[in-house]
Amino acid sequence: MSADLITQQKRRQRTNFVIFLGPACLLLLMFFVLPVVVDIAVAFTDMGRTLKAGEFTFENFERMFTRDRRLLKTLTLTFIYVLGTLAFFNVTFGLILALVTTALPSRAGGFFRAVWLLPRMSPSVVYALLWAWAIDPTERGLINQIFLALGIPILDLQNDFPMVLIIVANGFIGASMGMIIFTSAIRSIPEHLFHAARTDGAGGLRVVWHITLPAIRWPISFITVYQTLSLLVSFEYIWLITDGGPFFDTTVYALYVYKRAFESGQYAYGATLALLLVVIGVAASMLMWRFLNMKALLQEPRIEVH
Amino acid sequence: MARVELKQVTKAWGDVVAVEPTDLVIENGEFVAVLGPSGCGKSTTLFMLAGIYAPTSGAILFDGHEMNAVEPKDRNIGIVFQSYALYPHMNVRDNIAFPLKFQKLPKSEAIARAEDVARLVHVDELLDRKPSQLSGGQQQRVALARALVKQPNLLLLDEPLSNLDATLRLTMRTEIKALQKRTGITTILVTHDQLEATTMADRIICMSRGRIEQIGTPEDFYSRPASLFVAKFIGSPPLNLVEGTGREGRFQTGGASLRLGSDQGAPPEGGIVAGLRPEMLTFGPEGIAGEIVAIEPMGRETLYILDTDLGGLRVLESRPDRTHTVGQKVHVSFDAAETVLFDAATETRIAGAWVAV
Ligand SMILES: Nc1ncnc2c1ncn2[C@@H]1O[C@H](COP(=O)(O)OP(=O)(O)OP(=O)(O)O)[C@@H](O)[C@H]1O
Ligand SMILES: [Mg+2]
Repeated sequence: MSADLITQQKRRQRTNFVIFLGPACLLLLMFFVLPVVVDIAVAFTDMGRTLKAGEFTFENFERMFTRDRRLLKTLTLTFIYVLGTLAFFNVTFGLILALVTTALPSRAGGFFRAVWLLPRMSPSVVYALLWAWAIDPTERGLINQIFLALGIPILDLQNDFPMVLIIVANGFIGASMGMIIFTSAIRSIPEHLFHAARTDGAGGLRVVWHITLPAIRWPISFITVYQTLSLLVSFEYIWLITDGGPFFDTTVYALYVYKRAFESGQYAYGATLALLLVVIGVAASMLMWRFLNMKALLQEPRIEVH
Repeated sequence: MARVELKQVTKAWGDVVAVEPTDLVIENGEFVAVLGPSGCGKSTTLFMLAGIYAPTSGAILFDGHEMNAVEPKDRNIGIVFQSYALYPHMNVRDNIAFPLKFQKLPKSEAIARAEDVARLVHVDELLDRKPSQLSGGQQQRVALARALVKQPNLLLLDEPLSNLDATLRLTMRTEIKALQKRTGITTILVTHDQLEATTMADRIICMSRGRIEQIGTPEDFYSRPASLFVAKFIGSPPLNLVEGTGREGRFQTGGASLRLGSDQGAPPEGGIVAGLRPEMLTFGPEGIAGEIVAIEPMGRETLYILDTDLGGLRVLESRPDRTHTVGQKVHVSFDAAETVLFDAATETRIAGAWVAV
């Protein structure tokens, strides 16, 4: 091979690198690395409403680890919220929806999937308002009307079971994402595998256990990781429906950061709290990467690129 | 072990009719082969027997019991799918042992049985591999092992040997046949290989466009093809077909006229297609005049392509060397008793009729 050809190939390798990895690197830099750097910088200042950064200080970290009495409770709440929403709705219920709607005739299945997608399609404020009406503590609330009709005493969900409320409200939306991913994963399982399993003697549930679940193992892992991270950092529905209340009973970590930084104007302290969230997020994803063996998901390229 | 009966069974998807009303009885312990062109409804019929597809109408009976409402898992059927359908996340051992999971069997015994069957189909060295790490032929044999392991009442094989090399195919053929005879499992084999069908099966079913064209022994198919379709489809090389008309004991075609008769009454009249088997045509001093236009050596046999007064004819000689050359003028003759005649309109065989030089 001539030297000319080799340099030409080298050049092509370099352009390929820029074309294929460039955009992703750029996004990562702009939306992850840079914000984190800014966040770290702010965390070591005393920036407040005036947006003026004074001198370098460890004050915020000291406050977070020693004096913040809300922190532990908030972290516990976040853990319950993320785990509860994932376990009951985003993964489990999404999976059940996918299994049921793919087993139905295709038209009925499509209809039910569309119904479950509706909340995701409506603006979050509208969705939150619907919930506000549904859980109204007087007999005007939808749930209480149903309870009245059934002869059950009326209930103040927002005050008595606030955690259940935010898990259910988020779960109804969150389940649809898993449902869609799992549905397409189930659809892509070769039909003959189901035929084979049934003639081999497996009944409905056993087919699900032995064929469907192993086949969609990766989508399940993916949804678990993805939804954990998005639940960790999102708070819009909680903010709209309960505003973190009553008292601080539904203030999950992301909402706590928001309140500290933007509602009380303690930007520097908010940045410090946010830094802990970044650390938790990275640690959680690394743990799951390890325990769900996500590495096996990455396949060798099918085409050899030179 | 089951006696299988189909009563007016049909299968259609909307306008697509895959199987026309079909009646069929397969005796307990019988080995039948199903032959037919691609898309004629072979797999669909197997799937209905397995319970994977429900018949659109009609009844399927095993040992006299109607099975239409019985789930596949309760039919005790072993099936090899055309696409193998091995479970991708299980290794070969687990694939083969899978059907035993649902029987009350100790795990160790299940594994032992799976390994026995694996040995039978020569995949015992691959037990720890995943299906994606196997060749097509190896996958096919694993699929066969999985179908056999639970000792089913009915074995359905959808082209189970199509991906094997010639030697292995021959071995597997013998082994499946011996196994079938030993166990007496009623077996239905779908194949595109006529030799496979004739060597393995007690009876052959020939299908075309969702209908059964003929059921019979290999001998029936050879000597008495029921229809033009069967005559064209079975036999390699296929029958020479000569179109003509029958009138007053003569068979008239383009440039020639042959004697026409019948063992059962008067000679047939009207449009007729005469079938002359390539291997029954012989070169000789007299007969139909023609010229050799091509020669195809086929190993043990030699095939001559002739242009004759009857049109193009294939003549098969069972000897490897050439007795004639291209361009040579020859005469061919044949035995009237071995000719088969078809009605050109109905495309069915006219029993007893013959043509002669
Ligand atoms: N799910 C389906 N929906 C509509 N038509 C179908 C379906 N499955 C099969 N068919 C049609 O039914 C006919 C019979 O199909 P089948 O698979 O039984 O053919 P086959 O005889 O097994 O062919 P091959 O030898 O190619 O496997 C075909 O015309 C096919 O297109
Ligand atoms: Mg088929």
